[in-house]
Amino acid sequence: MRKERGTQGVAAAPAPATGGIGSESHETLQHYYRQMAFIRAFELRAAEMYQRAKIGGYCHLNLGEEATVVGLMAALAPEDYLFTTYREHGYALARGIAAERVMAELFGKSTGVSGGWGGSMHLFDAETNLLGGYGIVGGQIPPATGAALALSYKAEPDAPTPAVMCLLGDGTTNIGAFHESLNLAAIWRLPIVYVIVNNGLGMGTSVDAASGEPDLYRRGCAYRMPGVRVDGNDVLAVREAARAALEAARKEHQPSILEAVSFRLRGHSVVDPARYRSREDTDKAREEDPLPVFRAQLIDAGALDLSSAVQIEEDAERVVSAAVEFAEESPFPSVEELFAHGYATPVPNAPRALPGDPVIAPAGVARS
Amino acid sequence: MSELSYRQALHDTLREEMLRDESVFLIGEEIGVFEGSYKITAGLLAEFGPRRVRDTPICEEGFVGAAIGAAMLGLRPVVEIMTINFSLLAIDQIVNHAAKIHAMFGGQVSVPMVIRTPGGGGQQLGASHSQNIEVYYAHAPGLKVVTPATPADAKGLLRAAIRDDDPVLFVENLSLYNTKGEVPDETGRIEIGKAAVAKEGRDITVVAYSRAAVIALDVARRLEAEGISVEVIDLRSLRPLDRETVCASVRKTSRAVVLEDDWLSFGVGAEIAATIQEGAFDYLDAPVRRVAAAEVPLPYAKPLENAALPNADALIKVIREILDDTRYQR
Ligand SMILES: Cc1ncc(C[n+]2csc(CCOP(=O)(O)OP(=O)(O)O)c2C)c(N)n1
Ligand SMILES: [Mg+2]
Repeated sequence: MRKERGTQGVAAAPAPATGGIGSESHETLQHYYRQMAFIRAFELRAAEMYQRAKIGGYCHLNLGEEATVVGLMAALAPEDYLFTTYREHGYALARGIAAERVMAELFGKSTGVSGGWGGSMHLFDAETNLLGGYGIVGGQIPPATGAALALSYKAEPDAPTPAVMCLLGDGTTNIGAFHESLNLAAIWRLPIVYVIVNNGLGMGTSVDAASGEPDLYRRGCAYRMPGVRVDGNDVLAVREAARAALEAARKEHQPSILEAVSFRLRGHSVVDPARYRSREDTDKAREEDPLPVFRAQLIDAGALDLSSAVQIEEDAERVVSAAVEFAEESPFPSVEELFAHGYATPVPNAPRALPGDPVIAPAGVARS
Repeated sequence: MSELSYRQALHDTLREEMLRDESVFLIGEEIGVFEGSYKITAGLLAEFGPRRVRDTPICEEGFVGAAIGAAMLGLRPVVEIMTINFSLLAIDQIVNHAAKIHAMFGGQVSVPMVIRTPGGGGQQLGASHSQNIEVYYAHAPGLKVVTPATPADAKGLLRAAIRDDDPVLFVENLSLYNTKGEVPDETGRIEIGKAAVAKEGRDITVVAYSRAAVIALDVARRLEAEGISVEVIDLRSLRPLDRETVCASVRKTSRAVVLEDDWLSFGVGAEIAATIQEGAFDYLDAPVRRVAAAEVPLPYAKPLENAALPNADALIKVIREILDDTRYQR
């Protein structure tokens, strides 16, 4: 269905070269594999917990996007900010948030990152500058742009600032807010990188079917915004491209687009059997699954031996099990909390009625 | 009569109307290849092809506006917005354009389009995906807003909406898609702007619409066993609003409560209560009460979500309070 999924020779500016696996320390490579394996284990368990009705609502997984997630988060500095979509468990984990707090949020428990108020689609953690997963397609893009405005507002003119990374899916490049935001970032020179996580599909719609310009990294051309496409299955390539884009954002206040191309391994959400996908498409996705590929590369390169690989995978399972246990045992938020977050500034007459409560006492005339 | 699900009734009506009138076409996200997020349009792409079943990119403002333009040239687009929450991205086209074009241009052109979209909470979808915001649209002159509660109404109202020359917001409900009911086989329409007396009763009137009307009917049947006779008015249509049917019922029962899934302040119940005090004041034995959603962005956690949404128990409690308050004797 897709015309072209290559990553060679198509970048508006060439993606920065990586030295490849040979130029990385074994610790770094193992660390990335550990993170990728961990996200995989977490997501598979989340799917299982969803099927067992421990998790409600919609549940979108990063399966197949692990290399993109880990590469991006390796480039994002602690002082940078992250705005993301509803498909964000992996980002929260790679950003360093404890798995149990993420799992607890999925379970709707008070110990979850958003206190049980957000669920899978709405993870937020002020400590790690994760400024939210957003469930409305494109909803995160204008606020992310505004966060970059705040960073530029607070900085001395031309001084370096932290950057904002704003994630969006391929399908989301067609929403008006994306284009309005690109233009704002361009005219105001905001320190932001718009990362298009191109997993080939927005629900059942292919990039080609939905896009007048299917080379998504070029979507900023009308705003003279540079764009780069990178192989999203290559964790090092993603990291290098993201580092370069973030550096330009921080130092030169140069906004840009980074497109990371990968495959969605499963349905749009846990409940989607993805029957609309062709056999070739799913076969290809499985073939290019970044996890076994990276594992084999590391083993071939002598950066990881089989027993440490197995150890990493077992460790991941163990930590995920502990996260499930923690989530399971945590309490739900109490119903008394229902109005706790009504307003940041307390205000008279704020509504506090439960369904069926009288909203005002009737005038005190006794009936006869 | 045949027994159909709400989903099937919608599907069948779309298909029948497409067969009947070449100018009827479907447009929206994931309605073709994906067969609809909630599978209302399943099979229609295969049957009618991509000209009549048009998948769009994710761009609610764009495709709703495009449907308006197509309607101005005489086509009859039936737009699907995946959920009512996403209609907010298109509210400018709906309220500033679809609703106004007929009047603002002196009646020279009309906008014969339907926007189908499901609302509703209770599925743990979180604050941005669990809204009952039909009242935003019911507030806008020029729009028609209908809210079918049963499979039969889904069919009759959708047929009427497609054949109507004005823009109609057709509000479905996620929790009703799998409900079943008898649907007449003949090709009748249900008049937009008319409420239904879903069940007759003597003691108290419950006014409701959409999912709440189903709950109200269920409560009415349960209370019947205790000898409490509840009349249920299903509004069916929020704009125009059938005020006379509501007031006629209250003139008979002298008591009224509104069950509504939207937020309380400025909601449908407020409009109904105002109407009743004007049209049936002298008949009232008690203040009109409302059972509506707690005024918070809906939380994800199940116990909080449950507490925030109206349900049968809350309605029963309020019915009893009103009856006790008015010294009702069984
Ligand atoms: C405004 C809006 N329209 C529609 C949806 C329903 N929806 C949720 S995700 C999605 C597809 C998004 O695809 P993409 O941007 O490629 O991200 P991916 O899911 O592949 O990560 C759609 C249509 C929504 N959440 N918000
Ligand atoms: Mg996608």
